[in-house]
Amino acid sequence: MTGTDDQEVKLTCRHVWKVYGPEADRFFTAGNGDVADTAGLVDTINQSGHIGAACDVSFDVHIGEIFVIMGLSGSGKSTIVRCLSRLVEPTAGEVILDGEDLLQVSRDKLIDIRRHKMGMVFQNFGLLPHLSVLENVAFPLQIQGISKEERRARAMEMIDLVGLSGRETSYPRQLSGGQQQRVGIARSLCVEPELWFLDEPFSALDPLIRRQMQDEFLRLQQLLHKTIVFITHDFLEALRLADRIAIMKDGRIVQIGTPAEVVMQPADDYVSEFTQDVPRVKVITAGDIATSDVPQTDDVVDEHATLEEIMPRFAGGADVIAVKSGEGAIVGSITAQKVLSALADSHATGDAA
Amino acid sequence: MSAAARETGALMSVRRISPKLLVWMVFGVLAILCLVLRDDAKWLVKYPKDWILPIEAGLEYLMDWFTAYFKPIFRLLSDALEWPMKGIQFVLQTSPWPVTIAIVAIIAYAAKGWRLALFCIASLFYMVVVGYWDESMSTLALVCMSVPLSIMIGLVMGLLGFQFRWARRVIEPTLDVMQTVPTFAYLIPILILFGIGPVVGMVASAIYASPPMVRNLMLGLQRVPDNVIESGQMSGCNGFQLLFMVRIPAAMHTIMIGVNQTIMAALAMVIIAAIIGGFADIGWEVLSTMRKAQTGQSLLAGLVIVLIAMMMDRISRGFAERSGEIHVHRSGNYFARHPMLVSMATAIVAGSLLAWAVPVFNAYPDAWIIYPAEGLNTAVSWFTRNFFDTTDAIKTYTLYFFMLPMKAGLERIARPTSWGFEMTALASVIYWMILIAIGSLAARLGGWRAVVAVALLGILFYYGASGTPWPVFIAAVTLIAFQVGGWKVALFSFLGMLFMLVSGAWPRAMLSFYLTATSVIICFVAGGALGIWAAQNDRVSAVLRPINDTLQTMPLFVFLIPVVMVFLVGDFSALLAIIMYAIVPAIRYTEHGIRHVDPVAIEAARMMGCTERQILWKVKLPLAIPEIMVGLNQVVMFALAMLVIAALVGTKGLGQWVYDSLTNARFGQGVIAGGSMALMAMIADRIIQAWAASKKRDLGLST
Ligand SMILES: Nc1ncnc2c1ncn2[C@@H]1O[C@H](COP(=O)(O)OP(=O)(O)OP(=O)(O)O)[C@@H](O)[C@H]1O
Ligand SMILES: [Mg+2]
Repeated sequence: MTGTDDQEVKLTCRHVWKVYGPEADRFFTAGNGDVADTAGLVDTINQSGHIGAACDVSFDVHIGEIFVIMGLSGSGKSTIVRCLSRLVEPTAGEVILDGEDLLQVSRDKLIDIRRHKMGMVFQNFGLLPHLSVLENVAFPLQIQGISKEERRARAMEMIDLVGLSGRETSYPRQLSGGQQQRVGIARSLCVEPELWFLDEPFSALDPLIRRQMQDEFLRLQQLLHKTIVFITHDFLEALRLADRIAIMKDGRIVQIGTPAEVVMQPADDYVSEFTQDVPRVKVITAGDIATSDVPQTDDVVDEHATLEEIMPRFAGGADVIAVKSGEGAIVGSITAQKVLSALADSHATGDAA
Repeated sequence: MSAAARETGALMSVRRISPKLLVWMVFGVLAILCLVLRDDAKWLVKYPKDWILPIEAGLEYLMDWFTAYFKPIFRLLSDALEWPMKGIQFVLQTSPWPVTIAIVAIIAYAAKGWRLALFCIASLFYMVVVGYWDESMSTLALVCMSVPLSIMIGLVMGLLGFQFRWARRVIEPTLDVMQTVPTFAYLIPILILFGIGPVVGMVASAIYASPPMVRNLMLGLQRVPDNVIESGQMSGCNGFQLLFMVRIPAAMHTIMIGVNQTIMAALAMVIIAAIIGGFADIGWEVLSTMRKAQTGQSLLAGLVIVLIAMMMDRISRGFAERSGEIHVHRSGNYFARHPMLVSMATAIVAGSLLAWAVPVFNAYPDAWIIYPAEGLNTAVSWFTRNFFDTTDAIKTYTLYFFMLPMKAGLERIARPTSWGFEMTALASVIYWMILIAIGSLAARLGGWRAVVAVALLGILFYYGASGTPWPVFIAAVTLIAFQVGGWKVALFSFLGMLFMLVSGAWPRAMLSFYLTATSVIICFVAGGALGIWAAQNDRVSAVLRPINDTLQTMPLFVFLIPVVMVFLVGDFSALLAIIMYAIVPAIRYTEHGIRHVDPVAIEAARMMGCTERQILWKVKLPLAIPEIMVGLNQVVMFALAMLVIAALVGTKGLGQWVYDSLTNARFGQGVIAGGSMALMAMIADRIIQAWAASKKRDLGLST
């Protein structure tokens, strides 16, 4: 289900459960959360007055990808991302980072991993109110005992990167929401983490700023190539940013796939509720609907081109267009017919593909 | 209607009597029995001496045993603490007064700006000119020593309580007890262990003032938002870094508010301790002049305490407010970055040079002291002479028509000279008839609960706190406790009162009860009215707020000065002092409660066509009741705290007993008296809290 197997896995979440309640541990005898009857256990948990905040969650995150977890409020997104960083101890399951089980490492090792490998951005920013912008950004370095000059230089670089130069001496409360979140981003990047967690980083911002921050985020990722777990409750945001999306409901993952897969082949009614209002032309790419035959034509598009970009060519009279991969080789073709059916009905294209 | 139907109707109505009311009916029968029998069975009113358990002797024995083994340790500690204290005292008393004034002014400026700095300069200059400089500095020295100690105790306890659940389980109830034990009672064991001397004051105030620090620290740390802590964890903080670099700085504002409260409590205790110890201190100056009826002198000295309290409060509050503020980043060299240090150093050098060159600046010459005590005396006696009729009338009326009946009972107080009639059988029948009339009116307005309340108050007024049989009293309080708070509260109240009874504290407890109850009733009625007025009228609110703020920061002792001046020592002065202090929460909570009623409810009522008056009585007040109850609770606590201090002006009761045990170093008696007061406070607290909580639940205001 996780698709592209050719890429190297950075982080694996395997059968992770987080149960809140007085006797959360009693549901799991062995530490791993691989249970035979997941649905049955979830029912048992919920009926006994416990809360199954995350239930049997499994996925891989590949190096350099943006993995988005999307779900409505209370679906367990924050819980999962906190399990990945062990801010919350999972009740059962495994979290494997670079081949090592994160849940087994010692306290000191964990602190070390957080200091050097992880960065996190919080929904309500989580800035330290008593520190200036510069001090906030430099805080993770200060914690590590890095000299004042060095951390200042590093922090200034990060502040510059997020476009806050000139506000170094301001305090969080003097900044707008968007600016505060830039500080949060700069801080999380300051230690050059390999793994970057963002828990609804833009949800507290108004739509215009949010859009701007999303562009900023994509620009940063082009520059930095981090491995990213991004949380959002906004399906469109997920589609815009994600390489792959995991959709959560009531603590469980209902579907994992690329944006086009999710849009074209929603796993169930819950997911198709989200996909209904999605402007498909902006999501589905040439690669998603291409057939594998190599056509006789000079019209060529990149496999990442969206239908929105391709449609003018058909309007201009083309019958069939060749699709080329990132390396330039022709890998298939699309026809106007194909485009139309992709836009009209996802299941039809799904079956054909 | 047939007979059968009537019968079932009667049966139905019997069944409809709630079990709660039934209990009260049983109580009523018992009460009447006790009251009828009390002339034959004297023990019903007067708990016999033979039945008193030897608790006091036991406590004395324990303390003797303890001191025999541990006294040397405490004496050692006392010596160790004495040196730094003497040092500070020496520095403060010998440094030239302009230097001290300048330093305080600089601190004040840093805290709140030049207005406060000017206020501090003026206040301190007043102390110089009036000639109370040395006394003031000695008080200041004690506070300067005990506050850091308090803060240290507070930090350790607060951190323990925050980190470990077991510690919190011990600390929280301890704090509850500590905050209800009367001030004087703290001094007794400390006095015995440390011996007489200024160290007692210091240790006592360090302990007494630590609870607000502990509480605010724990509260502040718990309230740090989760995501701030998580961001600290994700930055890779270890436990130590998380606490000291994230949690504590983020909680700084709450912690500083704790520091402010600690400073004020320390000052209050230092003054009390000085009074007991009789050191050359400003508190002692006030008390001794007050006892000699030197009104002018005690006013002048009292003003010093007021000024010290205001300075300390404003400065520490200024810093608390500032702790949440933005720091200005200063650039430049060391001196430019630390203007406060630089200006202080300058002040010290310049002031010392000045003092060395001009002796007046070193020690203010006695000849220049302006001490307008005589003038004040004349003014005060002119006032009392001219207004004697009025003040005396107020006093007499309140005493005869309200206080004395509550104390000794109408049956003994009513005389032709005061009430205009003798307490004949006919008169008492008329009294009960009137009460029954009021009771039936109450029944219509508030149901059977109101009837019970009227009946209880009627009995109290007729027989007085000291004439009410103790079984009736205990049963009534226990029943109330049971009905509002369940069996736990009832058991606690019962055992508490039982302790007062068998330890022999009962008669005095009843005297304290009478004075507290009287003042609480007055505070509640008058304060509630003022609070309602302030809630409806912004201008009234603006006038009352600074007055309340000032009243709240004063060391309790100060309240005695004006009342004794006009009304002399006695119960009435004590009552007034208690009211002045304890009315503040009644006003505040009422106003706050009414002002913060859900605006949607008010809007809805307005849309239904309620008049403003109806909105107040039908919507705002009922919804504000839980908040008002919290205020009532505070009133009771404040009244009990003041009651002890009022013992200094000759009230009878537990407070006086505590004071007496203090001056005679009687540990057992002190513990019983202090413990009884604490128990009274705790019983009142539990009952009112439970009541407020159930009201809140009824209104659906809590979750
Ligand atoms: N400390 C806790 N104790 C008990 N229940 C909790 C706790 N934290 C979270 N939950 C429950 O777990 C469930 C998932 O919560 P979570 O915060 O992960 O949701 P979310 O998807 O992040 O929602 P949101 O979009 O509102 O942030 C919720 O039902 C929540 O009530
Ligand atoms: Mg969340």
